[in-house]
Amino acid sequence: MIVWIILVPLIGALINGLVFATGFYKKVLGGDEHTEKSIVNIVGCGVVLISALISTYLFVHLLSLEPENRQMIQMLFEWIPSGEFTVSFELLFDTLSCVMALIVTWIGFFIHVYSIGYMHHDESYAKYFTYLNIFIFFMLILVLGDSFPLMFVGWEGVGLASYLLIGFWYGDPEKAYAGRKAFIVNRIGDFGFILGIFLIFFVFGSVNYQDVFGKALDPAFMSAVPAAVMTAIALLLFVGAVGKSAQIPLYVWLPDAMAGPTPVSALIHAATMVTAGVYMIARCNAIYSQSHTAQVIIVTIAALTAFFAASIALTQNDIKKVLAYSTISQLGYMFMGIGIGAYTAGLFHLVTHAFFKALLFLGSGSVIHALSGEQDIRNMGGLRRLIPVTAITFLVGTLAISGVPFLSGFFSKDNILGAVYEGGYTIQWLIGLITAVLTALYMGRLYLLTFEGKSSVSASVKDQIHESPYTMTIPLIILAVLSIFGGYMGVPEFMGELVGIHGTNLFDQFVSSSILLEPVETVVHHLLHLSHVTLILFSIAAAVIGIAIAFYLYYMRPLLPGKIAEGKNIEPVYKGSLNKWYVDELYDYIIVQPFTYLSNLASYFDLKYIDGSVNGVAGVVKEMALTLRAAQTGVLRGYATLMALGAIAILVFLIVWQSF
Amino acid sequence: MTISLSQIYFITRSNYLLFPLFSGGFKRLETVIFYVFAALCVAGALLVITHKNPVSSALSLVLTLFSTAVLFVLLQAHFVAVIQVLVYAGAIMVLFLFTVMFLNLTPEALKFDSRNMAFKGSLLLAVLLFVGYFAARGFQETFSHTLAIPSVSENFGTTEGVGKLLFTDYLLPFELTSILIVAAIIGVVAIAKRRES
Amino acid sequence: MGVSVEHYFVLSAILFVIGAYGVIARKNLLIVLMSLELMLNAANLAFVAFSRALNDMTGQVFMIMSITVAAAEVAVGLALVVAVYAHRESLDIDLLKMLKG
Repeated sequence: MIVWIILVPLIGALINGLVFATGFYKKVLGGDEHTEKSIVNIVGCGVVLISALISTYLFVHLLSLEPENRQMIQMLFEWIPSGEFTVSFELLFDTLSCVMALIVTWIGFFIHVYSIGYMHHDESYAKYFTYLNIFIFFMLILVLGDSFPLMFVGWEGVGLASYLLIGFWYGDPEKAYAGRKAFIVNRIGDFGFILGIFLIFFVFGSVNYQDVFGKALDPAFMSAVPAAVMTAIALLLFVGAVGKSAQIPLYVWLPDAMAGPTPVSALIHAATMVTAGVYMIARCNAIYSQSHTAQVIIVTIAALTAFFAASIALTQNDIKKVLAYSTISQLGYMFMGIGIGAYTAGLFHLVTHAFFKALLFLGSGSVIHALSGEQDIRNMGGLRRLIPVTAITFLVGTLAISGVPFLSGFFSKDNILGAVYEGGYTIQWLIGLITAVLTALYMGRLYLLTFEGKSSVSASVKDQIHESPYTMTIPLIILAVLSIFGGYMGVPEFMGELVGIHGTNLFDQFVSSSILLEPVETVVHHLLHLSHVTLILFSIAAAVIGIAIAFYLYYMRPLLPGKIAEGKNIEPVYKGSLNKWYVDELYDYIIVQPFTYLSNLASYFDLKYIDGSVNGVAGVVKEMALTLRAAQTGVLRGYATLMALGAIAILVFLIVWQSF
Repeated sequence: MTISLSQIYFITRSNYLLFPLFSGGFKRLETVIFYVFAALCVAGALLVITHKNPVSSALSLVLTLFSTAVLFVLLQAHFVAVIQVLVYAGAIMVLFLFTVMFLNLTPEALKFDSRNMAFKGSLLLAVLLFVGYFAARGFQETFSHTLAIPSVSENFGTTEGVGKLLFTDYLLPFELTSILIVAAIIGVVAIAKRRES
Repeated sequence: MGVSVEHYFVLSAILFVIGAYGVIARKNLLIVLMSLELMLNAANLAFVAFSRALNDMTGQVFMIMSITVAAAEVAVGLALVVAVYAHRESLDIDLLKMLKG
């Protein structure tokens, strides 16, 4: 049963790809454009819907099981039967993968529906849906696989799908380079991932989750494994997560990935693919909970990433770039959560983030669509009355991500910050808090500049502004509803206690079935002794402060931000932030250019020497042939002479030989 | 048909020229005949390869073939000797001469064949001596026990003898040669046909 | 001094070499063909000599086959000579170089 979740999108991809994307339907079967689009829609969205329904059905089935037994395994076939190293194509549906599968399929479905409207005028319509289905297929393999190689298959597959979709409009070289950059940076992370898998096999003798985690939980086995090795495994796998989930230093591909169509950004770079790293660490909780060093490193990097990305998002003028950096920042939050061992907290934020970030991206896509392609927020403004549905849903998303109380983001973000504080990581908690302020600030800025205030829209575009079609607005509304109410499934325990309700954190209860090992409780020294309530108040304050500043700067005194940016001390900071702190330029200087130089060198060497020697061999043969050709004179008498001389020679030889 | 001893005796007795030939019996006659006609063979062969005019070469070849036929008689292969004269010297060489005359060659047309005899002649001589010496040595060792020509059966070399073999043991090759001749005829006609251009 | 069978072999060898030389040294196509005949004749002589030495008439039968083949070969060869002469107006064997290369 589980296998159908992944097979159905694959079938959809094959149908869309082979029949429609190749032009077979149009050219050979003589179909018309309209019918083709209809069929592609139904197939493309339908298969994802089917996957979603199957996942939901299995989710309900899981609920009917005892919490300890909430897992289903389906083995399909022996994939690599190689002596000691056997890998089966086995699918695992436990609570963790259930949550991921639900997110991927349902949000994927909404985005597919949205794409119908968004990509309506695109000429490579069928190809787009094919790639989307391929992505869903691989993402599902990633989350449903029961072994590391299988996860890696999904890992690479979504990297491929991401590359294809980012560079979808490859006619523009910039967009193609963006796709290439994403793939290459991902690859660097994958290198660490593979080394991690090798080490796992070396230590545990297997790459199957059941075997590896079973041994990891066994104290007798683990006593023979040095702590440094576990840390090494954890960090190597984390390198992969850094690449895929865009943390420092491998985040640089995500902002460039905005070159792809907006629904792609929503699906892949907000809700699903970039969360693969989070899923991976949550899945390997048995390993991470045993390495305190790795945890410290993860939390620190995550906190820095969150702050760093937020600092860039403050000044960006492209609506999608702001959201991209926001994604990186929020991913930092997620890693903070799972880094310290609060796996369910991190995963909960993953879920809520999927809701409101997808919402925000789709909303921005709606704005871009309404403005006929305009993406610079300096050329927007005053759109609220013109595209009300988009505006309202976008506002909901903004509030949710800022952590406004009682929306989903509030619960999840606070969960994380609370857990970070409890774990004793006060510095990181502080960074997270400041980042929360910044988050509210830049998101408020984004909303206000786009929808409120005086309109800076160019005149030609203004007449064309229209609300998006139903296929685009309905997903927005659904996601907005989820952003508002989705948080209530994961209300932190202590909040529930405050109002006298026990067991409010349903999410945690559900997912913890898959969390095999909680981190060891270490004695923590809190720098400040704050209670839970105080922490909540701090979070709320952060959100309020951020929104207030944004409101002041961008609504009440719209000209003020410009003046601040020009201030003597502020200007270099502003410029730095606007230019992403010149990280791309740094990478280019240190890494890209030397590599390009080396590549050119290798290319030259290859062409001149290796090709040359191969050609040289051919040349030698040719020369020899030309020389030997001289023997073919065509003169019969010459041939006869040679034959006679040869016969005489043989005769002589025989006679001489006989006489000895 | 053999000459009776008495007839020979009388001829030799009364003819001083022929006396040396026949005094030792047939042996001496055979040796003389052999050397004479062997010399003629070689002479004819040399003439074939030295003449410029193909007609002269053809006639020299006839001489060689005829001498070879005599040598066949000496070897008591009578049937084959007659065949040699009839077919080889008689038909093939006639064909050669036909063609030569048909081509109507002028001395101008034969000018290209510079013979360059001096150097090549010595080369030939050397090769001849070489081959001859070794051939003699080799065969001497093989057939040293048959210094004298061995006796042969009654039917050896006669038409009856050869014919019997030809139509019993070697019937297949015999028939195949006839096919070969037919093929040759067709080939010749096809090649030499005057084309309407 | 008797003549033994070896003398015939030596003679055959000499004739053969003379014939071979003729094939190599002469440029006239007709002379080449005649030299070829000379070689065949030398071989026939050897056949018959062996037949006499071994008291087996197979040699003579084979010699008849050899004559037949020689006849066929001469016929075709002369037809070719005629064709070549008609085409090239010359009997120079060195002009037939189209197998060069």
